[in-house]
This record gives sequence, C-alpha cells and structure tokens, in this order.
Amino acid sequence: MLIKSIFGGKSEVTEASSKKCPVVLMTRVRLARNLSDVPFPGWAKESRRQEVLETCLPSVTSLPQMKRGISAELSGLSDLEKLILVERHLISRELSSHADAAGVVISKDQSISVMINEEDHLRIQVIKSGYRFKAAWSAIDAVDTALEEQLDFAFSSKLGYMTACPTNVGTGMRASVMMHLPALVISGQMEKVVRAVNELGMAVRGLFGEGSDASGSIFQISNQTTLGESEQEIIKRLSAVLRTIIDQEMNAREKILEKDAYKLFDKIGRAYGILRHCHLLTSSECMNLASLVRFGVDLEMFPEKTRHIVDRMFIECQPGHVQYHGGQEFDSGARDAFRAEYLRKQFENVERPIFNLHETPTSVDEPNDDDPKKETK
Amino acid sequence: MAKPLKCDVCDKPATVHLTQIINNQIHKIDLCESCAEQKGITDPSGYSLADLLVKPDEASSSQMDFDVLVCSECGCTQREFKKTGRLGCRACYEAFASMVNPALESMHRGVSHKGKVPRRALARKSFADELDQLETDLADAIGSERYEDAARLRDQIIELKKSATELVSED
Repeated sequence: MLIKSIFGGKSEVTEASSKKCPVVLMTRVRLARNLSDVPFPGWAKESRRQEVLETCLPSVTSLPQMKRGISAELSGLSDLEKLILVERHLISRELSSHADAAGVVISKDQSISVMINEEDHLRIQVIKSGYRFKAAWSAIDAVDTALEEQLDFAFSSKLGYMTACPTNVGTGMRASVMMHLPALVISGQMEKVVRAVNELGMAVRGLFGEGSDASGSIFQISNQTTLGESEQEIIKRLSAVLRTIIDQEMNAREKILEKDAYKLFDKIGRAYGILRHCHLLTSSECMNLASLVRFGVDLEMFPEKTRHIVDRMFIECQPGHVQYHGGQEFDSGARDAFRAEYLRKQFENVERPIFNLHETPTSVDEPNDDDPKKETK
Repeated sequence: MAKPLKCDVCDKPATVHLTQIINNQIHKIDLCESCAEQKGITDPSGYSLADLLVKPDEASSSQMDFDVLVCSECGCTQREFKKTGRLGCRACYEAFASMVNPALESMHRGVSHKGKVPRRALARKSFADELDQLETDLADAIGSERYEDAARLRDQIIELKKSATELVSED
C-alpha cells in the first residue's frame, strides 16, 4: 500500500534533476524541534512518546504541504518498506530501528518528510534536487511556521530550539548537500579535502551517513554548529566552503584530463562495458560504475539524458529497492543477478562513449534560487 | 621534582598514564598496574576514558561521581547524559548547565541563539501566562473581598482577550 505510492508518483530524488549539475546532486535541510512539556524521545516513557505521536501525527498530516502524502506509524511498516524509505533518504536508520511510537509523514512529491519521535520529537526535512539552498530553506521555514501554529515548541530566548543532543541546539538546523567528487577521489585528494573542510567547522560523510565508505564518490557535506549564528549565516558559510570544493573538483578533473586521460577513458569505457554486459553486480560496484558514467556525462562522452539513468541508479540499485522490484524475498546472489539484468536493460540503448579529448565543460554549479512557488505548481 | 602520581582508583603509585583527546579536550588518567589490568587497558582493541570513569560500579570512588546532578523535571541524571550524550528534557539544559555550557562553548560558534524565533508560539505562551496570572489575582481579590481590584482585573482580562483575538485576525 505505502510502497506503491512511493514508486507511483514523481519523486524529488529520482526524477527532478533535469538541470545540469556536475557536482551537487541534491540539497537537504533538516530542522530538529521538540514539544515544550514532554521529555525528549530518548528519555520519555513509552506512554509519553505515544502521546507525542498522537499529537504530532495529525498536526503534520493536516499541513497543506502534506496533501495527498503518506502518513504512517513505523510499527505498521514492514522491514522492506522501512529500508526503502531509508534508501530514499526519507527516514533515518535510527528511526527505522526504533519503531515504537514513531511515525513519519511524507509529502506527495517526496521532497518533504517529517519524522516523529526520532532523536527529537520532530525532525523536519526538505530535499531539493541540485544545488538549491534558498528553495529548500523557504520550503522548510514554511512547514516549521505552520507547525508552530499548532504545537508549542521547546524554545528559550538564549539557547533557541532545545534539542536532545546539545550539538543541535539553537537553530536545530542541519543543511547539507550531496556532492559527486570523482576526480578528487581518483587523484587521491579526498583525505586532504576532508581535513580542510573539518577545520572549517563542516562535516563530511560518505553517501549513506555515519560510518559508511564513500562508494560512488558521493559525499555529504554539512554544517556542524547550530548555535551562535542565524540559519542564513550558517548556509552562507557552508556555501563558501562548497564553492571551494566545487572549484577543487573542477581543477582535479582538468588535471586528470591533461595528465591521465587514457587512464580515465579506460575506467569509463570499462564501466560502460560492465553495465552493458554484466550478469552479477553488487550494490557497491554498481555505485562506483554509476559514478564513472556520471563523470562521463559531465565530460560529454554520454548524452545528457544518461544522467537521469545514473541518478536513479544511486537510489534504485540499493538492496531494498532491488528486493522490492524483484518481487520476492531474494538472497544477495539473486539480488546481484537482478540488478545486473535491470542495468543491462537500462544501458541497452545508451550509445557507447565518445572519447574526444576536449576541454572540460566550463559550466559549474551555481546555487539555483528558483522561486519555490514555481516548483510546487 | 614532581611527586610520583597516585593511581586515580586506589592511591597506589601510578605507573600507567593515559591521555585521550576528545573534541579538543584533554582527558588524563593515571593508574597503578593492577587497576590498569583490571580495567582492561592492556586490551589493544581500545576503550574510552569516559567509560572508564563512569562505570556504574566505580561510582563510589571519590570525586568521580557523576550522579551528583539530577534534573528535577524529568529525573535524568548527569551520568545518563555523560553516557548517552543526550539530555532528558528542556529543563536539563538548566539542571546540567555546569556541564552543558562549557560543552556548548567548545562545540558551537557562539553561546546564544541568533536564528529563527517561533513568534506565534511565544505570543501564545505569553498570552496564556498573563491570563493565568490575572485570573489567579482575580480569584484572590474576590476571596479577600477587594471588589475594586477585582473589577479592575476583570477589565484587564477582557482587554487582554480582545487584543489576542485582534492579533489573530490581523493575519
């Protein structure tokens, strides 16, 4: 039931990226909020948590932004459904493993999700494809303000929004982007970048959050501090760091093309070959191949429309998604076979890459400040 | 010459000295050989100084007692906070201020909030608080037969309620 509506509609993470974004795949902002007179979820008794769920679930579901969306208690979802929501970045792993008195509400286009009784009573999240902090902030600000009409949030004039973990207190905001940084990874500069970014007070993590490796050369960069600056100041400071990383990545790409073009062509050519002819493909190999093909699209070796296939791969080749599409309880071997077959089909009509040594495209990611109203049409 | 260090657990001369840096803060501990062994420090797979110091069975050992502070609102203890890194409720920020405030200072870029403020919720709260106060005062005044005060308070309540409805209809 739930799953059908997840796959039926258009989704921000898999569909919306038509614009050319060589480095930034998606923008995410989340806000942590708590009700003022109930202990935080980690300390509250089961009955109080249930109370929070019963208060918040209808409030969130009634928002105009959530019209025709999905609203569910975690206890009513299967393990596979939860896994799929995690893979689509709609709920956290933490929420999926603490199912008691927890809930989630997801907007129809899957760009807004609100988790109930995660680490905080409410975790509001907005995802936008591409590099769009302005749009993401104005969307989440509106959701937060609408909720504030109905709910009394724990707030102090000195410490701002009170959160279970002191690392989130103040704005309660974590702003992040997913960046595709293949050239920095290939040229072995990522460690240096991570260190520099950390020194600037920002966090870098591999694609799927804490403790995971950087498969697919995708990294999440986010602010670490939440107190002492306004939301706009935090985003501005983060954007300055992102600008530098984008420049570094573009430089690294140019350098690889100058010095090691054949090595790169070899990698991309092999990736294409595997995707067209493989019969067994693990999800981590799949991510790395997707990364190489995406790099190839940026270098105009593949037609632009291939980007769409690749961006879907990052989401839909994860174990839960493959399991769902396979339609039965698969073991991992059967999943690898199914994944390979799916990609052979996807790449059947993708022309082989054109290896012309030309300059790297000069277009770089710029924050795209669309009027958010236009998108919600 | 520096005095030989004593074991933090049993006061024997310490021969094992450990330093850990967590979040740019230096934590030091000195132990004698037998305590070090007992606590498994020779185990190369690693351990945390924090764990070492807050093991429940060691709570009795002198100044390392983290259970001193308890939040009166929710009953969360300082040790619980140490262990999980999570506070129990909003009032814990007050109750454990001596511990939380220095941490906030080192982990954030300032110690006071500069961002968004939930204006509507705050207005709602101050209205509720004010109304509450006036109604208590009114009951008092009636109880002690101060009818002039009661009339004044009643007018104030009417005024307050009117201004609140105006505020809502404005936007």
